[in-house]
Amino acid sequence: MLKMGWAIAALAALVALVGVVPVAAVAEKGFKAETFKLENGMTVIVLPDHRVPVVTQMVWYRVGSADETKGKSGIAHFLEHLMFKGTDDIPPGEFSKRVARLGGQDNAFTSNDYTAYYERIAKDRLDEVMGMEADRMRDLRLTDEIVLPERDVILEERNQSIDNDPQRQMTEQLLAALYLAHPYGIPIIGWRHEMEGLTREDAIAFYGVHYAPDNAILVLAGDVTADEIRPMVEKHFADLKPSGVSLRVRPKEPPQLAARRLAMSDARVQQPQMTRLYLVPSYATAKGSEAHALELACDILGGGETSRLYEALVERQKLATAVSIYYDGDAYDETAIWLSATPREGVPLEKLEAAMDKVIADFIAKGPTAEEMARSKTVLRAAAIFGRDSQFNMARIYGTALTTGQSIEDVEAWPDRIEGATVEEVKAALAAYVKAERSVTGYLTPAAQ
Amino acid sequence: MGELRMMTRLMLSLVLLVLGAASAFATQVERVTSPGGIEAWLVREDAIPLVSMNIAFEGGARLDPAGREELATVSAAMLNEGAGPYDAGAFKRELEAKAIRFGASADLDTIYVSVAMLAEHRARAFELLGLALNAPRFDKAPFERLRAQMQAVLKQESEDPDTLAARAWYSRVFPGHPYGRSENGSPQSIASLKPAEAKSFLGARMTRDRLKIAVVGDITAEELAPLLDTLFGKLPATGPAETVAAPAFSDLGKTQIIEIDNPQSRVIFGGEGLARKDPDYMAAVVMNYILGGGGFSSRLMDEVREKRGLAYGVSTDVSPLRHVGLFMGSVGTDNAKVAEALALIKSEIERLRKDGPTDEELANAKTYLTGSFALRLDSNAKIANFLLACQLYDLGIDYIDRRNAEIEAVTREDVVRVAERLLHADRLAYVVVGKPQGLVAN
Repeated sequence: MLKMGWAIAALAALVALVGVVPVAAVAEKGFKAETFKLENGMTVIVLPDHRVPVVTQMVWYRVGSADETKGKSGIAHFLEHLMFKGTDDIPPGEFSKRVARLGGQDNAFTSNDYTAYYERIAKDRLDEVMGMEADRMRDLRLTDEIVLPERDVILEERNQSIDNDPQRQMTEQLLAALYLAHPYGIPIIGWRHEMEGLTREDAIAFYGVHYAPDNAILVLAGDVTADEIRPMVEKHFADLKPSGVSLRVRPKEPPQLAARRLAMSDARVQQPQMTRLYLVPSYATAKGSEAHALELACDILGGGETSRLYEALVERQKLATAVSIYYDGDAYDETAIWLSATPREGVPLEKLEAAMDKVIADFIAKGPTAEEMARSKTVLRAAAIFGRDSQFNMARIYGTALTTGQSIEDVEAWPDRIEGATVEEVKAALAAYVKAERSVTGYLTPAAQ
Repeated sequence: MGELRMMTRLMLSLVLLVLGAASAFATQVERVTSPGGIEAWLVREDAIPLVSMNIAFEGGARLDPAGREELATVSAAMLNEGAGPYDAGAFKRELEAKAIRFGASADLDTIYVSVAMLAEHRARAFELLGLALNAPRFDKAPFERLRAQMQAVLKQESEDPDTLAARAWYSRVFPGHPYGRSENGSPQSIASLKPAEAKSFLGARMTRDRLKIAVVGDITAEELAPLLDTLFGKLPATGPAETVAAPAFSDLGKTQIIEIDNPQSRVIFGGEGLARKDPDYMAAVVMNYILGGGGFSSRLMDEVREKRGLAYGVSTDVSPLRHVGLFMGSVGTDNAKVAEALALIKSEIERLRKDGPTDEELANAKTYLTGSFALRLDSNAKIANFLLACQLYDLGIDYIDRRNAEIEAVTREDVVRVAERLLHADRLAYVVVGKPQGLVAN
């Protein structure tokens, strides 16, 4: 499969689908990242895993679609594509081919809050691809001959990942309705009419401001140690000039006072679906252990086939064939809980929604049982250990955390903080944030052909 | 969203999976044989306190009786729905209590069961696995629910252009053959399926002669060997004889259009490939890398995406099923440009057959395919999947060490020969889902 430049919205949806570990879930007790900082401000994180002589290198920039200028939606992701188009040292179209000739794989991804580039490669070839990443951090060269066909590519990517799929179109509408002011309401890949007008100048301007060592985090996961790799990192990155990029400040959400409801009908839809989003704190914006409490609450409410919603709606009341929940906790600003349910044949969405609301209301009123808390803590803490099996996953976890306002300490203390969360904290977090006026509900239904 | 939807997606991608690409490698594979004669392949790895066991029974939905195309899929899914003293809910809670990850699924050729656990919960995990394999319950309530879930999956599939295209391709190219059917069945067949049918299907298909086992993680050969007898010793030794033979290809050269009001046309194309045992298989892997398997290093990506911006993705694949080899490809293009993109793809397919690869392309392909092999084996989960695939394709326990040499040995003549066998644009069947302009179905 060809993934270059996947907007991360797709990833978020996948994460929700597969029920993968929340990004923060990383380190079992005892696992420690090694870290150091260069004088130009670049943070370096090393995640040793000596099982196989390969390394995953990721360069994370603290910039995503939520940092775009108004009217230029999609430029963060467009630039991600253009970063493969050559520098003063590397001809257009050569970057990925050169990595492949070294037996390596490369790709990149863009979210609301970050843009990341990676290479997976044999340890003895890391030096060369590290040089290539350092090179394109400051020396990108673009011409219209290169930029314009690539704009067609991202428009085609939008067709493929959003406009070919009514469910993804609905998701875009839901987010736009959830955020009254904050740019998380704008799609990562961009609105089509704005994407169509993006230019080489837009990309270069965005690049000049945001791509610099003081706005970057280098993550190296695999068969390396910090002591061993530091000279190589300094050789490639130490001379790059910082840009003095300032702290990200985005518009804040005003108080939300009204529940929003969306209805979309589409002739392409066969299977109706309902989705509910709640505006909630992220790990970065939460007070105390609110975010950990929400993580547990979501797992108990809708995580897997022992959850309350599955048991009530799928098993007992036979109203749904599937339910899912996802707390998108790794965000720089206020984020969302995603709930969705697929009705059984002939069940009206209104009936399913009412039953779902009853389960949620009951959960908020009475809170989780001690047994539910214990089971959920076991599962979440174990996820941190399962997560260690993949060096790619480990690099992603630390990179995500550090570009979404969290620290290494937050990542490594995550299992203990999950363990420490109480029933009262779960109840309080639910009561504070899982409220109709902080929500959007969407019905996606078939339309007459 | 349900496991089922994921399962469907996975099954499709498995059908398209290549077992290709590999390199000389330090991973030590042990053959473990139980006192009762059951064999497993083990990679001992204690760096992380995890153990995973991946199990396969060769023979999946292709063995479903006619009119019961969902049988393997539903039967496998029922392994997670209660066993021994535990009903479905209790079984899942028992798994969760120790954070044990259990999965069961089927594709056309294989039934898969897997369990992954923290090393400290090994004993309990294998107990529960043993129950699922030897005493699955097939209770009525979860079975009813699963049928309803399957019906929803079918509806979701009918919205998904890639699934529609794949289903149409297989049913047109292999009419009347099990490979031409959907492993998720039809609304009518699902509605009439009974638990007893699923139970007897598994009883007949989960047999020791079709069993493959891969174990990776914090467990020794001495610990594993007796466990194999406990888990698998009571399964039947053999099952019914294979009834499926190699299919004939129909309608190659034809184009089918399925109209959906989407902005982008999704295209699947494909034709005859190579069996995994074919002496030219590795040459086909190298050829495919050059044509469309090599991402941004491939000719198709260069011509279709990089030079013209016609698509976000275009790729090809060689994928061997048990009884037939396939050469497959896919692309997604704006409705107005799909004719142009397809013409370009066809001309590239023809060009590689007529002119062969350049020496540089051949060298680059081999460097990548050998150099990246270690990346396919850098986690316990990947190693377990790889070991299972090696067993299913009967590649030998030393394949991990032989594989890169087999790639290195591929010559330009080999690639030219295999291109002559596989690359004929007029011997591929095309399915287009969307509102393509300037294309005619035939």
